[in-house]
Amino acid sequence: MKKIINDPKRVVDESVAGFGLAHADIVRVEFDPIHVVRADAPISGKVGIVSGGGSGHEPLHAGYVGFGMLDAAVPGAVFTSPTPDPIVAATKAVDGGAGVLHIVKNYTGDVLNFETAADLAAADGIEVRAVITNDDVAVKDSLYTAGRRGVAGTVLVEKIAGAAAERGDSLDAVVAVAERVNANARSMGLALTPCIVPHAGEPSFTLAEDEIEIGIGIHGEPGRERVKLEPADRLVDRLLEPILDDLPYERGERALLFVNGMGGTPQVELYLAYRRAAEVLEERGIQITRSLVGNFITALEMQGMSITLLKLDDEMVELWDAPVQTAALRWGR
Amino acid sequence: MGLDITWAVDWVRRSAQVISEHRVELITLDREIGDGDHGENMDRGFQAVLPKLDDLAAGSTPGDVLKLVATTLISTVGGAAGPLYGTAYLKAAAAAGSAVSLDGPAIAAILTAARDGVVARGKAETGDKTMIDALTPAVDAADAAAAAGVDAAGVFAAAADAAEAGALATEPLVARKGRASYLGERSAGHRDPGAESSALLLRAAADAAAASAGA
Repeated sequence: MKKIINDPKRVVDESVAGFGLAHADIVRVEFDPIHVVRADAPISGKVGIVSGGGSGHEPLHAGYVGFGMLDAAVPGAVFTSPTPDPIVAATKAVDGGAGVLHIVKNYTGDVLNFETAADLAAADGIEVRAVITNDDVAVKDSLYTAGRRGVAGTVLVEKIAGAAAERGDSLDAVVAVAERVNANARSMGLALTPCIVPHAGEPSFTLAEDEIEIGIGIHGEPGRERVKLEPADRLVDRLLEPILDDLPYERGERALLFVNGMGGTPQVELYLAYRRAAEVLEERGIQITRSLVGNFITALEMQGMSITLLKLDDEMVELWDAPVQTAALRWGR
Repeated sequence: MGLDITWAVDWVRRSAQVISEHRVELITLDREIGDGDHGENMDRGFQAVLPKLDDLAAGSTPGDVLKLVATTLISTVGGAAGPLYGTAYLKAAAAAGSAVSLDGPAIAAILTAARDGVVARGKAETGDKTMIDALTPAVDAADAAAAAGVDAAGVFAAAADAAEAGALATEPLVARKGRASYLGERSAGHRDPGAESSALLLRAAADAAAASAGA
């Protein structure tokens, strides 16, 4: 294992400290317990939005704290949900009296810890609602699984719900738009290589030189099937097919196409993949109205990508275009 | 002979030691069907409990120790294991109440409460390839032993034996809860790390009880 780290147990603390120093104009960082808060929080009368989860997915979530997106992020240990204490602290720090929304990726640990935190915050008189993201079509949503995972669609939920909160929407309205984005987002990912959790020191799974893993999540967990490496266009098709089967589009409907890198994928490959995805969508008569390409929700140094398609309506487009000023997404301001 | 505060403190110390010794094994099991953090998280949690044992007030009961473990695990472990084990110890503490000494039936009641708490929180059932597959056989064995009039140490020994067998029996199962469920059929052939850590903790309890009975 070669990594730019000191003590493996201090990776998250030291990285978050650096994040706070680099973006002191946008956020402040608290260490006991650890959470990242918008510099001007709490904002009176505004719905507060808190997200969080295991570290290793940067820029998610701290990179999305700031004007027009999240009010706080709670980083756990690498690939491990944060405990309830820092979630409660973050919830209190962003409560401006209009209630707080928790955006939680559907992973058992995240859901259990956020639930516990919401109970504790409610006991202190804060109205907390949760939206659980579950956009990953690789997982069968059935009684026999923990349900679909929340993956790259989470970034889109955070941006759009954040814009709704910023313009002054009520907690009910912010919850409604967050749920609508989640319900209209579908994602699927693949990995060319595993990733190495610092304290584990070994790869999360092994792949032969010519093998790839289809249907991965974002925690270095293995996916649903293993196949031989194929040309990029065929890989894109493999990801798009289940997405479009799961949420069919009428000709002329609008979509946001999001090609995400898993941390170790160069932009040149992501845009190459985007080209094929755009071609397939055009053949189906789907209008790509907005796009996002880059490493926005990652699994450490994993090479791979995910594709997310969000079916857009007028309000979502307006909220997507609204100004945002965070470390990782910034426009219009 | 009942189990008292000395046993409870000894159980926690032995738990911390056994989890630390099996940290890498738990990480490896978890990496195969999950995300590889279970050993690290449990080790961090139990190491955090140790210094707090020195601050226990005079006259503390086994229930106080269980509650201390619960609150510490909830605030330090994270992942799914933090809330699940935290709930288990919290329910166990409530079942222990303010009793100074715990007999066989009390131990069986504590294990039942712990298991029921995990089921309520995690909504897993027997056969889902989770810690429940170690805890439920342990509860059944503890109930049977207590009903047969076995002493507290014997009840824990029966529970630990059953939990170890239960953890082993998770190997062929296909996971239906937690992160391993994303693998579907590919989760078969691997032991569940949560069931394994549950078995380790019950063996530590049984060893502490045997040491206490021999003292």
